Amino acid sequence: MNRFLPWLFVALLASVPLWLTDFYFLHILITTGIFIIAAMSLNLLLGYTGQLSLGHVAFFGIGAYTSALVSLGFHVDLFPGFTVTLAPQPAWFAMLCAIAVAGLTGYAIGKLAFRVRGAYFVIVSISFAEVVRLVAVNWVELTQGPMALNNIPALTLGAGAFEISFLRKPAFFILVLILGVASFIVVARLVNSRAGRAMIALRENESLAMSVGIDVTRYLVIATIISAAMAGMAGALYAHYIRIVDPDIFLFLYTVTMVIMVVTGGKGTLAGPIIGGIIFGFIPEFLRVMEIRPEVQWIIYGVLMILVVYFLPQGIVPAITHYLTSRKHRHEADVLPAASTPVPRP
Amino acid sequence: MKAQSETVLSVDQVSVRFGGLVAVADMTFSVRAGEIVGLIGPNGAGKTTAFNVITGFLRQTSGDVRYHTTLLNGLKPHQIAKLGLVRTFQRTSVFQESSVFQNVLTGLHCRGRATLWDTLLQTARQKDSERELADHAKEILHFVGLDHRADEPAGTLPYGEQRLVGVALALAVRPSMLLLDEPVSGMNPSETARFIKLVREIRDTGVTVLLVEHDMPMVTRVCDRIVVLNYGRIIAEGTPAEIQNNQDVIRAYLGQGKKRA
Repeated sequence: MNRFLPWLFVALLASVPLWLTDFYFLHILITTGIFIIAAMSLNLLLGYTGQLSLGHVAFFGIGAYTSALVSLGFHVDLFPGFTVTLAPQPAWFAMLCAIAVAGLTGYAIGKLAFRVRGAYFVIVSISFAEVVRLVAVNWVELTQGPMALNNIPALTLGAGAFEISFLRKPAFFILVLILGVASFIVVARLVNSRAGRAMIALRENESLAMSVGIDVTRYLVIATIISAAMAGMAGALYAHYIRIVDPDIFLFLYTVTMVIMVVTGGKGTLAGPIIGGIIFGFIPEFLRVMEIRPEVQWIIYGVLMILVVYFLPQGIVPAITHYLTSRKHRHEADVLPAASTPVPRP
Repeated sequence: MKAQSETVLSVDQVSVRFGGLVAVADMTFSVRAGEIVGLIGPNGAGKTTAFNVITGFLRQTSGDVRYHTTLLNGLKPHQIAKLGLVRTFQRTSVFQESSVFQNVLTGLHCRGRATLWDTLLQTARQKDSERELADHAKEILHFVGLDHRADEPAGTLPYGEQRLVGVALALAVRPSMLLLDEPVSGMNPSETARFIKLVREIRDTGVTVLLVEHDMPMVTRVCDRIVVLNYGRIIAEGTPAEIQNNQDVIRAYLGQGKKRA
């Protein structure tokens, strides 16, 4: 049963555009889905290699800006007499560029993390995100600065009569779902392999990992590249969905949102970011629908988060797994004595 | 007969200084293939420092360490492990949260054949490799006698069994030489006796063993040869019987003759 349960969940989600007519709610599903993909990518770093990246939104933003710029085309004077010009490219190609560029930045950050670990890595990652934000604000010629990149083309695949457009929400929702499932499979395959065990070993005990011949730097870099590329893809999806990108995409709040999703759901578990993402992605909207005052909405949000972290420090998913296994054991303990001590009857 | 076998590990005039403190001074000794050698000495004598230097966790201030013909100076721990020189640790010896089986699988890292692409695309090679590794892990757990603990988180095991997990992890790397750092500390006498048997079995599979230990009865029972360190210097070297009667060693452990009861 456990094998089919995830697919049942996916099938249920895939059917949503068929019966959900409220486009506002579909919009919430799409943005939450994009953030869940970003949270899954953060989970690979935070949950499996144990490195807290508080600048994760940088990869998300780099993906969004790259995809927007490649699909819009740009013209920049780098220095007198040397200009770089790019004609507008198809949106799908722009998304691939976004994944590649974000992955490359991930490579650089991963190499840096080799030198700084723990608290220092956190500081480096925050600084990195801030530097990228400042570039986005100030390099007006390329990014339009605070004026934002507008009219980002919607994503289309194929051409002519066979063209599929992801302009409408139901189609875009399906796209997010497909890429979300693909990201989930990538993370799942990775963590259940030799590479994933090396990453977990790095988290659990770095010296011991080295002593059994694991090149910890290499696996940290691999994890950062994949994580950054995935976050970049989420950012590109965001750019082609919202169709406007400004430097606010680098807000620290977005990183915090991802961290909350991962930590409350259960870091280092595959389902954690999804469960955490669904709960903490929907709560603000749910509270808004209930017509609660905005200030109170955020208080409720904060209190809920504190409660989850206080009572389930490992996160929701590990708590549920623990409860289920202990109940199973108790159940077995109840059944076995009864079976092994038959009552003799005259 | 063993005296004629070739030297596998040679430590040549190695010194380690932390600022003004001399942790190891001019240490020179060698280990021959198939030997079980004990490195002993009072607390702070520099035994673990020596281990850290040999396995690349610490850089020596001067001197050379050679394994077979390879100079180990400046190599990283994982590179040294791949040469077949594998260590265990004093305290932090397991991946706490992972199951015992997962621990050994992690140790088998270098024997896996699947590349990252195999993993992402779930190729036949990925599946074959994972199956092989699982089989190896079962064999190793059986060898050290931990089959019954396979599914338990390593951190929940009693201390003695955690040491065994540490040894299983090291064996998973398929070492040609094993360095054990205080392997029986925290074990009760019957666990120690079983461990001595295990060390001999490991040696009989062709693995050379160097161990650091405080438990003198254990050392004298299991070792072919003993090297004694004090204040970073080697003060004696020989068979267990020679060491037990060496005046310098007795003085280092118990103080001057007159005060000895």
